[in-house]
Amino acid sequence: MKRRSQSNHLILLAALLPGVGHIVLGKRGRGIRLLVVTIAVILVMYWRWEVFVSAFHSTRIDHWLAAVFLIVSLAASVTYSVWDVRRLLTEIPMATRGKSPYQLARRRFRANRLAVTAVYVITAFYILAVLAPLLAPYDPSAITDVLKTRFLPPSMDHPFGTDAFGRDLLSRALYGARVSLSVGLLAVMIAISMGTVYGAVAGYFGGFIDNVLMRIVDVVIAIPTFFLMLMLVGIFEANLVFLVLILGLTSWPGTARFIRGEILSLKQREFTEAARAIGLPNRLIIFRHLIPNALSPVLVSTALMIGGMIGAEAGLSFLGIGIRPPTPSWGNMISQGKDALLVAWWVAFFPGALLALTVVCFNLLADGIRDALDPKALMQRFV
Amino acid sequence: MLLEVENLTSHFFLDEGVLRAVDGISFDVNEGETVALVGESGCGKTIVALSLLNLIPSPGRVVGGRIVFNGEDLLQMEAERLREIRGGGIGMIFQEPGAALNPVFTIGSQISEVLRLHRGLNRREAEAEAIRLLGETGIPEPEKRIKAYPFEFSGGMRQRAVIAIAISGRPRLLIADEPTTALDTTVQAEIVDLLRYLQAQHKMAILLITHDMGVVAEMAERVMVMYTGKIVEVAGVCELFREPKHPYTSGLLNSIPRLGAGRKEPLRGIPGAVPDFLDLPSGCTFHPRCPIGDESCISEFPSLRSISPERKCACYKVEAG
Amino acid sequence: MSWYIIKRLIQAVPLLLGVATVTFLIVHLAPGDPMDMFLENRNLRNIDPEVIELIRQKYGLDQPLHVQYVKWLGNLLQGDLGESFEHRRPVSALLAEAIPYTLQLTALALLLDALVGIALGIFSAVKQYSVLDKTVTIGSLIIYSLPSFWLALMLVLVFSVNLGWFPTSQTRSLDYEFLSWFEKLADLAWHLVLPVFVLGIASAAGTARYMRSRLLEVLNEEYVLAARARGLKERAVILKHALRNALIPIITIYGLSLPFLLGGAVIIETIFAWPGMGRLAVLAIQARDYPVILATTMIAAVLTVIGNLVADVTYALVDPRVSYEKKKPV
Ligand SMILES: Nc1ncnc2c1ncn2[C@@H]1O[C@H](COP(=O)(O)OP(=O)(O)OP(=O)(O)O)[C@@H](O)[C@H]1O
Ligand code: SF4
Ligand SMILES: [Mg+2]
Repeated sequence: MKRRSQSNHLILLAALLPGVGHIVLGKRGRGIRLLVVTIAVILVMYWRWEVFVSAFHSTRIDHWLAAVFLIVSLAASVTYSVWDVRRLLTEIPMATRGKSPYQLARRRFRANRLAVTAVYVITAFYILAVLAPLLAPYDPSAITDVLKTRFLPPSMDHPFGTDAFGRDLLSRALYGARVSLSVGLLAVMIAISMGTVYGAVAGYFGGFIDNVLMRIVDVVIAIPTFFLMLMLVGIFEANLVFLVLILGLTSWPGTARFIRGEILSLKQREFTEAARAIGLPNRLIIFRHLIPNALSPVLVSTALMIGGMIGAEAGLSFLGIGIRPPTPSWGNMISQGKDALLVAWWVAFFPGALLALTVVCFNLLADGIRDALDPKALMQRFV
Repeated sequence: MLLEVENLTSHFFLDEGVLRAVDGISFDVNEGETVALVGESGCGKTIVALSLLNLIPSPGRVVGGRIVFNGEDLLQMEAERLREIRGGGIGMIFQEPGAALNPVFTIGSQISEVLRLHRGLNRREAEAEAIRLLGETGIPEPEKRIKAYPFEFSGGMRQRAVIAIAISGRPRLLIADEPTTALDTTVQAEIVDLLRYLQAQHKMAILLITHDMGVVAEMAERVMVMYTGKIVEVAGVCELFREPKHPYTSGLLNSIPRLGAGRKEPLRGIPGAVPDFLDLPSGCTFHPRCPIGDESCISEFPSLRSISPERKCACYKVEAG
Repeated sequence: MSWYIIKRLIQAVPLLLGVATVTFLIVHLAPGDPMDMFLENRNLRNIDPEVIELIRQKYGLDQPLHVQYVKWLGNLLQGDLGESFEHRRPVSALLAEAIPYTLQLTALALLLDALVGIALGIFSAVKQYSVLDKTVTIGSLIIYSLPSFWLALMLVLVFSVNLGWFPTSQTRSLDYEFLSWFEKLADLAWHLVLPVFVLGIASAAGTARYMRSRLLEVLNEEYVLAARARGLKERAVILKHALRNALIPIITIYGLSLPFLLGGAVIIETIFAWPGMGRLAVLAIQARDYPVILATTMIAAVLTVIGNLVADVTYALVDPRVSYEKKKPV
């Protein structure tokens, strides 16, 4: 009976302040993470209450999204906390440790502190980007009394300083994160899925089709990717959507080659034979059987490519042909900083540092995944 | 006495625990003698060989014992002297004939390298000697072959080249780690003949590592049987074949592999498989597979005792005499 | 050997034809006619339509696409890359001026890459798990990840603006003509330091990482153990037996790194006002100068193909296992 009421108290605690229940039950890591998320959400709401409330009537979808995201996070953390504490209370703790390759890999990844930190940083950046409208202390494009506000060095009011038009760089960096981070992610999704399908088709059918498809890959690979991007972005006057498409459509051949190689070796194995013997159509064989088997190494190159794409987008924007001002992106912010280098180092420094940190984290993540999947190859080269 | 090994112990320090690949073994090798070390795959033979040169790859190392070669303790000596003995005092033939040759250097240059190092020959002399050695090991047209790369050789020829390199430093002990296992049967016989010929010519002792009882019968004078990192029986070759004492030895002899059987194929005649080194059975590690073992065998590993002047055995069921 | 080279050269022909076709199509299938885009970009839309038509005729833009294509290809074969809209000069002349600057930059960057990258990779692998190794592993990852243009700006800020050690941009000083030959050389080198460093250091970091892992792999090979068993000195084992094997695949990596270096040169040249091909390309794109855009992309691809060719041939020279008769797996 006593146990019962005690556990009810715990569940109540877990609902009121997600994480505390876990900490009481001895699950400190999970508990602290939950607690941090919850407190952060509450702090943001408290601190930006007016913006938060007005975001719901806002016509701007990004404000609305940010506010909804905040509420959903809070709800999710409470629900998860209660659910998990209940589970912990009722279930007998499992002593057996899983030994499937996937579980082993996950354990090895968890043991890699750098990689785990990188995941946290990346997650935090994406969350910050979503919440930019709520978090940004100033309007990123508001130009007020330029002569008084331009090139203010970093201070409490403007942690990253201000730029040539007196705009707050922290706010711009937050908004810029949205562009930079999403462009990288979306472009890689395009490149990986296109490369995977392309390579799978070439590898699976082989023969003439394979030959033609691979000669096309040879041609695309022969043109230095950055030149190709430059040309396409320049000629098509890329807007955001186009930029994502172009970045994605110029970066698939590596994946295609890799997947084709994997498929060729998998094709020899019995299960393809078996699938064919029972009369599965080609499409099903490719998508249900071959691709999932080749996919785990693709994970590594995905992480690497996201870092690379974010860098490429920034490079194009830096050259003035990617994301064009006034929309802030880290790349075009650095470009503006270049012109102000002699008078205001901070204009170029902060967006670049964020960019560098993001790419470093994606590369650490890629390393972590690789080591976790293949502990023998402790470190190999990118792609 | 050319080589005296006492209580040699080599461990691998793995994440999962300490792997006792060689667990306190002692043996001797006399000048000019051939001693065989036999046992199933994975019982620690190669690690014994590498321990003798103090060359265990990390995360492993020799953790204890003495290896006295020619009156000097290999484990105590300076690095410089140890290098002289590697190749100069003790030559080694590796299990995979191809893998021991560096793929990007010619056969000739790999032999000459050793000749110049251990015998102080100059470039010209070394080349002439390399040609002679290749000829001696039965490679046709050695003048031409010294310019060839390993990939241009067949498996048997590669093994001959490896042997030529191993004897080029004029070692007094040759460790031959499964010199024939990876080869075709006809080539196997040729290599056995070659080793016997070279041994007679150069008066070398040979430590022959193998699980091929046929080769043992042809070459060895004495045999040591190894199981899970320990020696379980030592005997003269005739006595051993006539009357194996240890149940494991009997099992090995009952299962002399068919001609050309694959290397990894489990030997017939012994039920079960070699146990996991990290999770060895208690007591006599052979007891789960032993036809005559009983409860008395599961508490402690039987020590290797003399059962007659020339024989030793580690088994509770084997009486002295 | 010469057969192998000839074969590889012949294989490169369809590849380059493909590249030419792709670039041509991209430029001409883009919305709007190149001349329109060029004029629009310069706010020259309202000049006399007849004049525009004349210019069109001059550049052959009034003909059907396939005719233009064949003509363009024919001219290309004769080394005629057309005339720049912007500069009113033959594109080949512009390129001839720009390419040496780019090659100078990339060649030196490759050298830096090789020297620093390979050396650090070796130290790091030989002393695996040491402080030096950890520093190299993490440091190279960070350097490899830094956006090159940002690194360039920060270096300029520190070393040019604050410390005044190196010039902020340009290839030579204003008083270059009045210097003695030795001072001229020093002046050129002085201007090269920052751009070459920024361009080369990232790929050096990549090479160090690759070299380290390759060497660690090779050090586990049986022939390395065998070399030790023969009593060779540790130096000989590593620097001769292991290194030779670990270095061979690096050659391919170098062939592959050329496109990255060329891409990097685009940005570095722009920052340092370096009159090379990359900057030419960027300026051409900003001015919608299509013949130049086409040509720079073409040349970048040709350089890449040549780089791969050289890498393959070198590979075949140093690795005895590559048999020239056998077709290399794709
Ligand atoms: N590099 C290593 N790392 C970890 N364990 C090892 C390593 N090398 C050998 N071992 C362990 O040491 C044991 C003995 O290996 P060893 O190579 O000596 O066997 P072997 O008797 O030579 O077998 P084979 O006939 O297959 O050559 C093996 O069971 C293996 O688990
Ligand atoms: S000691 Fe016992 S288990 Fe071991 S071999 Fe002898 S009889 Fe068999
Ligand atoms: Mg072995």
